[in-house]
Amino acid sequence: MIMVLEYMSEYIGMFLGALALLVVQAICDLTLPDYMSDIVNDGVINGNVNIILQVGGKMILLTLLSAACMIVTGYFAARIAANTARDMRADVFKRVQTFSNPELDKFSPASLITRTTNDITQIQMLIVMMVRMLFYAAIMGTGGAIKAIAESRTLSWTIVGSVLGLVILIIVLLYTVLPKMRIMQTLVDQVNLISRENLEGMLVIRAFNSQIFEESRFDAANRSLTENNLYINRAMTILMPTMMFIMNVTTVLIVWVGAHQIAALQIDIGKMMAFMQYAMQIIMSFLMLSVMFILIPRAMVSASRVKEVIETGTVIKDKKMAVRPRADFVPDIEYENVTFYYPESDEPVLKNISFKAKHGQTTAFIGVTGSGKSTLVNLLIRFYDVTEGRILVDGVDIRDMKRSDLRDKIGYIPQKAMLFSGTIRSNLTYADSDSTFENIQRAARIAQAEEFISTMSNGYDAHIAQGGTNLSGGQKQRMSIARALVKNAPIYIFDDSFSALDMKTDATLREALHREAGGSTLLIVAQRVGTILSADQIIVLENGEIVGCGTHRELLHSCEVYREIALSQLSEDELD
Amino acid sequence: MNFNTQGAKAKDSRKTLRTLLRYLEPYRVKIIIVMVFAALSSVFSIVGPKLLGKVTTKLAEGLIAYYFRTGLYMDFEYMGRLILLLIFLYTISMVFSYIQSFMMSGVSMQVTYNLRKELDQKMSRLPLKFYDTTTHGEVLSRITNDVDTISQSLNQSLSQLITSVATIIGVLGMMLSINVLMTVTALFVLSLSFGLVGTILRTSQKFFREQQASLGKMNGHVEEMYSGHTIVQAFNRQDDSIERFYEINETLSDSAWKSQFFTSIMQPMMQFVGNVGYVVVCILGGYLAVKKVIEIGDIQSFIQYVRNFTQPIMQLASISNTLQQTIAASERVFEFLDEPEESPERNLASASVVTGAVSFEHIAFGYDAAKPIIHDFSTAVEQGEKVAIVGPTGAGKTTIVKLLMRFYDINGGNIKIDGQSIYDYTRNDLRSVFGMVLQDTWLYNASILDNIRYGTFDATREQVVAAAKAAHCDEFIRTLPHGYDTILNEESDNISQGQKQLLTIARVILANPKILILDEATSSIDTRTEILIQKAMDALMKGRTSFIIAHRLSTIKNADLILVLNHGDVVEQGNHEELLAAGGVYAGMYNSQFERRTIAHGN
Repeated sequence: MIMVLEYMSEYIGMFLGALALLVVQAICDLTLPDYMSDIVNDGVINGNVNIILQVGGKMILLTLLSAACMIVTGYFAARIAANTARDMRADVFKRVQTFSNPELDKFSPASLITRTTNDITQIQMLIVMMVRMLFYAAIMGTGGAIKAIAESRTLSWTIVGSVLGLVILIIVLLYTVLPKMRIMQTLVDQVNLISRENLEGMLVIRAFNSQIFEESRFDAANRSLTENNLYINRAMTILMPTMMFIMNVTTVLIVWVGAHQIAALQIDIGKMMAFMQYAMQIIMSFLMLSVMFILIPRAMVSASRVKEVIETGTVIKDKKMAVRPRADFVPDIEYENVTFYYPESDEPVLKNISFKAKHGQTTAFIGVTGSGKSTLVNLLIRFYDVTEGRILVDGVDIRDMKRSDLRDKIGYIPQKAMLFSGTIRSNLTYADSDSTFENIQRAARIAQAEEFISTMSNGYDAHIAQGGTNLSGGQKQRMSIARALVKNAPIYIFDDSFSALDMKTDATLREALHREAGGSTLLIVAQRVGTILSADQIIVLENGEIVGCGTHRELLHSCEVYREIALSQLSEDELD
Repeated sequence: MNFNTQGAKAKDSRKTLRTLLRYLEPYRVKIIIVMVFAALSSVFSIVGPKLLGKVTTKLAEGLIAYYFRTGLYMDFEYMGRLILLLIFLYTISMVFSYIQSFMMSGVSMQVTYNLRKELDQKMSRLPLKFYDTTTHGEVLSRITNDVDTISQSLNQSLSQLITSVATIIGVLGMMLSINVLMTVTALFVLSLSFGLVGTILRTSQKFFREQQASLGKMNGHVEEMYSGHTIVQAFNRQDDSIERFYEINETLSDSAWKSQFFTSIMQPMMQFVGNVGYVVVCILGGYLAVKKVIEIGDIQSFIQYVRNFTQPIMQLASISNTLQQTIAASERVFEFLDEPEESPERNLASASVVTGAVSFEHIAFGYDAAKPIIHDFSTAVEQGEKVAIVGPTGAGKTTIVKLLMRFYDINGGNIKIDGQSIYDYTRNDLRSVFGMVLQDTWLYNASILDNIRYGTFDATREQVVAAAKAAHCDEFIRTLPHGYDTILNEESDNISQGQKQLLTIARVILANPKILILDEATSSIDTRTEILIQKAMDALMKGRTSFIIAHRLSTIKNADLILVLNHGDVVEQGNHEELLAAGGVYAGMYNSQFERRTIAHGN
């Protein structure tokens, strides 16, 4: 909450303005019943139209002033809330952009998206309500109470009674409804989960003729959701009628008690009517405050979630005195006794890894799932930093380089081909927006993407949907490869990026790659032995350790793990 | 992303409304009772101010008597009776109000429940073709968001509508009973305020739409950048993405404050008009009271009525808004429910005696009938034969399988099993002949036992364990903390991809089908598991007709028939030797193995 206030303090001027106007407005609104009382007492009862007109004129002026205050307050409230939300959102987004993988893993993208959008919208709503209602209700409540007591102490007891009644009503309701509200989200999720499962497993469900089974599963979830919602709704139906009842009875009581006071000549009729207005104002203030008390806890949860993001520092930082890459940069890579633990993990993923990858050569990594291949190459691009040991590029420890300098030297093709919405061209020029068209075409040609691009309706200007969903898996992967090749980088990392390609495309692509990017250092993570047969150096990983290193032929004879993998994929006579 | 959830205009409101009413039909008695109680509840509370006014009049009379020194006389007995009557009326009004809301929430929840159920059932009756053009998100949003909108609106708007109308009529009647001139004057002032409200509402809605649009853009950008975070990082494009964010953020905050501001104007405007009305009523009332046309208490009652009048009108305005949203939501729900279902089926043959011979006769097919991808494909498969389907990525290898199982209907030709057209079986009967293991394994949020038993729901635990053993997954299941009763979590990521595939194989073994459809394991599975999967599949295939979507040459070589696909069409068929001799696509694919070796040797 303090963080929200800090952000709001940027707009302290507007806030103070709003507060001042609220006070003026509250004074106006509290004075109105007095004039009403005057109209009745001096005008209506005496039949004096002049007084009515006079007082009425004042009243209208006062209302006008009150309305003006309210409108300007509304303006301030809207501006403060929108601006604060904007600033917070920008800070969250900027912060996330500096995150490396450890921070990203900690939050998960889905949660970060909610924090950047929904959570901040919640806070924005609260700010508007806070500026417009919280303070107004507080001022009105106190002002109304002071006036009411001054008017008649005896009558004030009726207000105390009804406010007490209201508070008890709200507390009891919340007490009964809150537990049900809490499980509501789980029940909704359950219905969603089953629907999603049914959609994703459509083929299987139909193949196994289990539609009836699925329907009964959905029905159970649907039933408990319905029952829960019915309970909440029915409990909430008590609120409005009871509130109306309390307000009506308060009015009646004021008249009854007031009548006795009038009879005792303690107050007059106008006063009594004014008192009714005060009572309503006070009760309304309490209602507003109780609404705020329901809203505030929700927004506080949001605020703390946002705060968590803003205050998360990045583990991976650039050094102040970073080493700039040499002008005659040579992309030689060396891992020296690299050991790596994922944050908060007790087991190392990589143990004591050492190898050299020379420029112009291809180094391939193979091993079973979970053997640490992807992690190994991800360390080079500094998504994570090594726990022990060091990685040298052109003789420099990569932790001594600026991340942006390092990444400029690397063309990275991730495991999951992730494209952005836009066009084929905008995706291919992602690395370098000034790239020439020839360069783009060349990259597309090497990546074997030219053929399918040319068959698309607008060629290079064809639309790409978010995540590249309008392309097939293989097309996305080739796009992702082309995108990196546009960079003409001295180092390329292929993190299992041939998996969606058929064998023939895979072979042609790698051949073209060899021809065109021959001077670069290539690091290839692969699952298929066929993909890496031609590598200069194959590193076999098992449980985070290097168990073999050499060419295909050497490893076939020297490395049992490699032999096993190769045999499972190629028949004996295909092996050599 | 799909934003038509908000504020979309309905295409045919009348028709949608009629359909919606049909859903309410079974509850018409309850709804009529609700309406009666809602109206009565409003009427009883409307009488209040009038009675209260009488008390005030009595008070004033007593006071005037005092001023004229005719003795201070307060008729407390009369006033007391009135006040008791008032409390009684308010209590009845409250009770009636409870009853109507209680019944209405029952009705609306029941209707919501029915709608959700129908949507879910509809999901499994739609042809798969429907899902080619509709995303899962769209379907889900109908089951949740749209149904929720309808539910809320039924729950609140309907009784609010009745209460508001009853209140307006009642209040108007009471006002007229006090004084016609005053009523006309008050109505004039009030009509001014409605004009104001209308104008403001229209302006603010424009900004709301703008806000919604930029919110959509914002969500899109944030989602894209966060899910592509590593790419943004690897390509050093953070500044770019921040800059784009700033742009959207700026327009969003601009439309946000405007829409917020215009909404907040409404209340002061209404209050101002209300107060003007108050003064006018006082002036006119005072004049009339002097002329003895009305009494003092009448002025008080009248003021309260004027106040009560604005409330239901505001409510009606907001109801018309929600109603529009509801109709738009209902329309989307009904649209889905009206989608054409799978084509009707015939029941001319029984699948229980099928042996498993399959023939394709001059098949023509296209996912879009206008764009045929399979032109004229024929082949025959004997019982127990092994058919491999190969082709480059995206060639449509699963298409044949989808036709065979009638997930899609062919446009021309015929598919026969044991000489009987598959269109002569019921879908369920036909599909029970097949066992299918796909690459993207589908498991659901339940125990391993239930997942293996899926489709053969009456299998005993022993049978499940036997199937698991045959599928080589008994061993790993036993190492799990709860063995066969381990619950797979939502993402099923408490077991590995390969283990998932083994479970689905066990599932098919348990089902014991006549014909098999297998999708081979690909690269995402580690070698050892892969060997297990291969073994399990080999065991499964023994003696059964099987269709294998192949990725590896070793499987293809000993197949009885190889279907080579390219761009969706079957371009070659035959066995390994025949196809190699033909020197076509297959030969090219096969030879790429050797090309690769040339490169290897070249280095």
